[in-house]
Amino acid sequence: MYPQVLFQNRKPDRIASLEEYRASGGYAALADVLKNFSYKDVRTMMLDAMLLGRGGAAFPAGRKVMTVADDAPYPRYIICNADEMEPGTFKDRVLIHADPHMLIEGMIIEGYSARAEKGVIFIRPEYESAARILDREIEKARAEGYLGNNILNSGYNFDIVVHRSGGRYICGEVTAQMNALQGKRPNPKQPPPYATEKGLWGQPTVIQNVETLVCIPHIIRNGPEWFRNLALTETSAGTKVFCVSGKINRPGCYELPMGIRLSEIIETHAGGMREGAQFKACLPGGASTAFLTAELYDIEMDFETLKKAGHRLGTGAIMVFDHKTCLVEATLNLTEFFARESCGWCTPCREGFPYMRDLLWRIEHGKGREEFVSTLKQMCRHLWNSYCAFAPGGVAPIESLLTYFKDEVYAHIREKKCPFKSE
Amino acid sequence: MLPEALKKSLMDKIASVDHPRELVVDVMFSLQDHYGFLSDEALEEAAVLLGMTPLEMEELATFYTFIYREPVGKYVIHVCDSIICWMDGYESIRDHLSRKLGINMGETTPDGLFTLLPVCCIGYCDRSPAILINREVYGPLTLEKLDEILDALRKEA
Repeated sequence: MYPQVLFQNRKPDRIASLEEYRASGGYAALADVLKNFSYKDVRTMMLDAMLLGRGGAAFPAGRKVMTVADDAPYPRYIICNADEMEPGTFKDRVLIHADPHMLIEGMIIEGYSARAEKGVIFIRPEYESAARILDREIEKARAEGYLGNNILNSGYNFDIVVHRSGGRYICGEVTAQMNALQGKRPNPKQPPPYATEKGLWGQPTVIQNVETLVCIPHIIRNGPEWFRNLALTETSAGTKVFCVSGKINRPGCYELPMGIRLSEIIETHAGGMREGAQFKACLPGGASTAFLTAELYDIEMDFETLKKAGHRLGTGAIMVFDHKTCLVEATLNLTEFFARESCGWCTPCREGFPYMRDLLWRIEHGKGREEFVSTLKQMCRHLWNSYCAFAPGGVAPIESLLTYFKDEVYAHIREKKCPFKSE
Repeated sequence: MLPEALKKSLMDKIASVDHPRELVVDVMFSLQDHYGFLSDEALEEAAVLLGMTPLEMEELATFYTFIYREPVGKYVIHVCDSIICWMDGYESIRDHLSRKLGINMGETTPDGLFTLLPVCCIGYCDRSPAILINREVYGPLTLEKLDEILDALRKEA
């Protein structure tokens, strides 16, 4: 068993209460910060801890908040991104249901480091139960003096509101999310200006994922070095909440050291492959990452190692496929997702995904032709010219299908049917 | 027409925030809950409340998955068809629902009780195959469990 940091108060059937969170040391970091730390100290600690954004982009959290200039105007905002619409990902929901005050404390400390006074939790409508928990627990935190004016008699003011989304994948993209929060159509928007300069309502704004924020109280409590040492590899830090699903016995969220081997996650923690199923591939970090094949079954799961191997850890959502699952059809399903969820703002993404879905559909249903393969490759390259980062992410499964499983693709074309279907 | 009490509570809420437009999704949800869907009338009322044009409101209303611009049933069933639910048999869930309710995806039962809609990954991959009914999650589902859920809802209605 590895140390449980973010899940230390997790229970099978209910959330941890404010009292339980406090009994485990909760809100001690906040009291310490407000009394003994400058906002710059907090920034340095986040940087020294090598805390990387857990929403998928892995940007150093300390560096992000450092881009808020000393003389930047007020009010400043902290947005907690709890939109979590990457297929296969459900860690933020589980984290909020496990210990909501850990997120609240993390947000306040993040707010202090940016000298922000307003916090917003942006949450998807599918997580209404989590949103209600947050509404209720924020109220409790306010009553205890952790939120509001003059927090713990420090003179620091910070408060949080929960913002419910109407539900669309693009709202997880930070610039689109800020448009959504301002009641505009959630199109992405290319920087500059960057959010930390001119974000929500034109004010300096720092956006962090739920899992990034819940790490912060622990970094303050135990120090950056302790946090770095939680990881098994030199180049990574902290624990990671892996969401494991697909053809394994125990789907769920597991908090494990960063850098743990994929094989160990699957065999020891997720209960191994289902009976009769052999590991064929997985998507290591959500639907916007490439298929990772059996050759890399023992890979150390951290941002740097995966990057070196040409992969991405993304959100840490590991979706496991077995030898009986057709990856052409799986890719068709993933492409359907992106075709439906494309916000429509830019042409390559809006037009490209439905076009590629059509080609994949024809291949899967025995109507494919060899030249479709080169057309698909060309289309993937076009989508790299899309306006935001979502489209290049969305073509990752297609590109990797054509690279690692081209025999499977050609078998569909040659046999004029899906080789995985009996009829 | 919006009842005075609801209208007043929305106006109070709007008056209490720095930027009324930040509440646009909340207001749409409130009106949708009241009317059952976001009708043309509701859309215009929402626009007036927030000082927006109906066109601006329409641009948002048609963008979001959980804002319904057409009438829906009392119970809106969103069937997750993304990758993990697909692997775990969402098709049999979808087909079973269609058969039991006698409707296709995108349709509402003649008694106005159920609407069937597809939805992208709802973030319950640890409970697949999963569906949402009025934004509440059910899963992992079997066909038997699905029957029980439908029966219970019919009784409740």
